[in-house]
Amino acid sequence: MSEQVQQESVSVATGETLVEVNDLKTYYDEGGIVDSNPVKAVDGVNFEIKRGETLGLVGESGCGKTTLGRTLIQLEDATSGEVLFDGTDITELSGTELKDWRRNSQMVFQDPESSLNDRMTVGEIIREPLDVHDWNTPQERRERVRELLDVVGLQPEHYYRYPHQFSGGQRQRIGIARALALEPEFVVLDEPVSALDVSVQAQILNLLEDLQDEFGLTYLFIAHDLSVVRHICDRVAVMYLGNIMELGDTSELFDNPKNPYTHALLSAIPEPDPTSAKDRITLRGTPPSPRDPPKGCPFTTRCPMKIRPEKYQDMSADTWVAIEVFREVLRERSRAEKSLTEQAKELLGMETRFSDIGEIKQELFGDIDLSSEVERHIDEAAQHVEDNDEEAARRVLREEFGSICDNQKPDNHVVSDTGRVSHCHRHMSEYTDPDEFVPYTER
Amino acid sequence: MAQKETSAVRSEEEPLLSVDNLQTAFFTDKEVIRAVDGVNFDIHRGETVGIVGESGSGKSVTARSIMGLVDSPGRVLSGSSITFRGEELTEKSEKQYRSLRGSDIAMVFQDPLTSLNPVYTVGNQIKEALRLHQDLRGAAATEEAINLLEAVGIPDASRRVKEYPHEFSGGMRQRAVIAMALACDPELLICDEPTTALDVTIQAQILELLQDLQEERDLAIMFITHDMGVIAEISDRVNVMYAGEIVESAPVEELFENPRHPYTQGLLQSIPGNQPDADRLSTIEGDVPTPNEPAGYCRFEPRCPKAFEDCTRVHPASVEVNDEADDHTAACLLYPEDASQAEAVELHEQLESEREVSER
Repeated sequence: MSEQVQQESVSVATGETLVEVNDLKTYYDEGGIVDSNPVKAVDGVNFEIKRGETLGLVGESGCGKTTLGRTLIQLEDATSGEVLFDGTDITELSGTELKDWRRNSQMVFQDPESSLNDRMTVGEIIREPLDVHDWNTPQERRERVRELLDVVGLQPEHYYRYPHQFSGGQRQRIGIARALALEPEFVVLDEPVSALDVSVQAQILNLLEDLQDEFGLTYLFIAHDLSVVRHICDRVAVMYLGNIMELGDTSELFDNPKNPYTHALLSAIPEPDPTSAKDRITLRGTPPSPRDPPKGCPFTTRCPMKIRPEKYQDMSADTWVAIEVFREVLRERSRAEKSLTEQAKELLGMETRFSDIGEIKQELFGDIDLSSEVERHIDEAAQHVEDNDEEAARRVLREEFGSICDNQKPDNHVVSDTGRVSHCHRHMSEYTDPDEFVPYTER
Repeated sequence: MAQKETSAVRSEEEPLLSVDNLQTAFFTDKEVIRAVDGVNFDIHRGETVGIVGESGSGKSVTARSIMGLVDSPGRVLSGSSITFRGEELTEKSEKQYRSLRGSDIAMVFQDPLTSLNPVYTVGNQIKEALRLHQDLRGAAATEEAINLLEAVGIPDASRRVKEYPHEFSGGMRQRAVIAMALACDPELLICDEPTTALDVTIQAQILELLQDLQEERDLAIMFITHDMGVIAEISDRVNVMYAGEIVESAPVEELFENPRHPYTQGLLQSIPGNQPDADRLSTIEGDVPTPNEPAGYCRFEPRCPKAFEDCTRVHPASVEVNDEADDHTAACLLYPEDASQAEAVELHEQLESEREVSER
């Protein structure tokens, strides 16, 4: 690389904050005329990324990690909150200012098949950012591209070839070269290796680490493969339904997860060791819709360690699970799209696919001895469903069987000396900590 | 998961499916691609056989060959043999195959969204299988479809049968596809990367479901994946594929404990989870080659850290890795390890001369 860059990379002081995110929210589909019910893709996150570090962002698909990454480099507009990059709030930037700033941050995309234009040669692809920003003379641009090809481990003669002539791993190298063309400080890596085979994946991960050392890059590494994150990241943020559930030092978080979600997520990874006897927590169901997230803690609908109301402490595991599933069925139903005919049928009080609640009640509670009080509430909710008022049914259940988890957003509790934070009510002094708590279903 | 002792008993009895010297090639204008090149393995009742390998190693083509789903320009070459319950499948006509597919052997594909028809309700698609193979119709079929959805753990099944695939979440869709595959009570279930498109928490649910179903129905499962973690968890026996060939085959614990083939060793070492503290990941240099000619050499040789001269001229056959090893084979000139290198090479040369390679 050029002398100048070398010197810069040496002068990069690690430890100072490069990106600071404060209460960032990104919603899609806002501003309906009658009622606005946006997709809350990112719903209030706070964190910072230090210069020269790699922050991992993990979570299931649809939890908002890609949206968060894209918002950080202004490929999406933030709904509220701020993103401070070297002290400047970039959500406020526009026009030339924004274009100038974009040099500082680049992105590497997941799928190398679709993120490269098949009609351009590799040279043109890598040169495009240089052309857009009118970087030096055309002669120097071509020179720079050859340099970049070398940096990412490709040959100079690849300049005139087309992307289809390359394998997946090589294509991802091209994507990385393009991202590095303008010497950015900050690179968002959006699942850069998940489309690649294991042996190729290792090559790309090594390359990314080399480049970070050489150019003093700061990475946001988005991934769903936790073993990759464990390898490459300094700190990890675990996302669920638009919220960061836990954030902290990688090895600490992996060795001793504090948040119930992190715990479940880590236990779900199949280990390449057939003899390992891990006690897995298999989560029920799927994450709720980001259009209709729970009022309290985002994880409450699937949490195996959810706090129960005082009077139901001793309820049997089966009954509790049945009630939770019942609530989930109702939630799923209100999420289902209703066709016009179904809406009309509902208005006319006719039978629809939603009205048949008796059968589910039978299926869930048939074999269980319910106390009269529980039964009364279940019946009341079922009656509301018969009357096509699912909202009321959900309210009845939430009031009776809900707890602080359903009603109040947890705070970010600091859970270790290194400043790890976890988003869970159980860290409050009046409850058992998640890592000491035995899930009800395991008893 | 089968227990150790039962798997010993099992190997005595007749395998449910037996694949012998399977060769499937694709004839293009430019070249003949031997996607599957001389593959042998057996699957017994109640057993899960894993097939693991990188993309392009021929895992899926193996599965499709068994299902009779290889389309032109591809063809299962003569000399290949697939026997299911003692019947030869490669000679079956399309019509005979059709009655087998879906009823005795069923398949679950990687992407649930593409294996479901978006314009029919999920119930409709399950009922189609019931109608074709079990002659169930009307209310009886609906009833059975609801039962199947419940069996794969979909709550509110009576509503769900009337819904379309887009109304299902990813994990639910895969459950629905599994329900469809189970509709006619198959004996063999072929799962082609069934959890690759899913999140880990959902993957855990699906793996658990498959294990429960296997116990309940004594299913034989052929499980294809590239994820070593999933393989370790679900299979009883593992076959490692590379460029159209099975390079190593062993019971799952043995394979992970003592990987013998240099490729398997490299593959296991390149998993980031296996070396959390290492600074650099060890890698296998280069890419998987395209098998476009009958091999007279080892296809892994260009990437192999242990390659020696003979590797470029002798094609390795599958041999027991040593005298004590029970049921652990590797296709590599380094084995059997109790023989000297020259002896081993000679053995491979001799075995190779007996192998039948079809051109057509």
